[in-house]
Amino acid sequence: MRLITHNMLKCHVKNCNDPDKQFPLRFKDAQLEQIEAERNDEFLVRMLPRIEWSALATTATELGIELPKEVPKVPADDDAFMQALHTAIMEMHVKGGSMVCNGCGHEYKITKGIPNMLLAEHEI
Amino acid sequence: MSLPTPDTAHLRRPEYASVYEPAEDTFLLLDALESDRVELQALRPTVCVEIGSGSGCVSAFLGQVLDPHPALIISTDINPAANAATQETAARCTTPIALLEQCCTRFVQALDTRLAGKVDVLVFNPPYVVTPTEEIDSTPEASAWAGGRDGREVLDQLLPQIPALLSPAGRFYLVVIEQNNPDEVAQILAEHGLLGTRVLSRMAGREHLSILRFTRKHAE
Repeated sequence: MRLITHNMLKCHVKNCNDPDKQFPLRFKDAQLEQIEAERNDEFLVRMLPRIEWSALATTATELGIELPKEVPKVPADDDAFMQALHTAIMEMHVKGGSMVCNGCGHEYKITKGIPNMLLAEHEI
Repeated sequence: MSLPTPDTAHLRRPEYASVYEPAEDTFLLLDALESDRVELQALRPTVCVEIGSGSGCVSAFLGQVLDPHPALIISTDINPAANAATQETAARCTTPIALLEQCCTRFVQALDTRLAGKVDVLVFNPPYVVTPTEEIDSTPEASAWAGGRDGREVLDQLLPQIPALLSPAGRFYLVVIEQNNPDEVAQILAEHGLLGTRVLSRMAGREHLSILRFTRKHAE
């Protein structure tokens, strides 16, 4: 699982509904692996508006991945920014560990790079 | 020139015994995506989602249809074996798929809030076979095909969510059989502002399969 996918995940436990705490989920014991990938700036620029930047920046920092706090005015012109974005969302993979909700404390496991977001009947 | 069907030979391994193998319904969906290739490339999708990816054949194929333009493709399935199969199918592609991600979930649960209004291409080959209601999700295998009354019970749970997920120019591809009453499905989505077209139909044994494609009535 890459951080771009983590950026789309929100706790969905029943009665857990404080939007400030359900998202982003906090990584616990994350096993990271970097796999080199070809950089495509055109795609990164298209993807940017769909990212919750503060959530991505906070999460990256927690995992020790460098990412600026703010998106520059013209991102495509900032090579260092584009490289950092590329590394953070395209190259870093979370292979194992879990994601914890800051609201209800529910823990979602990540196995072989696949997050398990299924809940038991009583949690839905 | 036609695109290669993704290699799913690994599905023969025992750990994938519960995963639905690509069949006529899968291939009809691939044909529909391929025939829309020019339009799909022009749309330049950024976020694509396949619900119930099973073997991953369709998700991986979609990646090839869009190639060389990368997109975030999120494949969901409630069966962890299907998530793993999808990951392996993508890895076996001759054209590397830039960004194919897995999520073990029901439909788009946990993703729906963040993906609202962002999905450019949504694909669903639902469990459409007419069965007794009790058969739905009775086994991991049954989750792939058992559709309950009119083969619609699972699909009907998802339908009301579709319009909110699609981006302004987003489109939704759906596999149906005649018993599902495709006209009624189209009518339900029409009430939510989506316009449906039957893009392809084929007889496969006793199944009369069709692919429906939905877009917003006032697409940009």
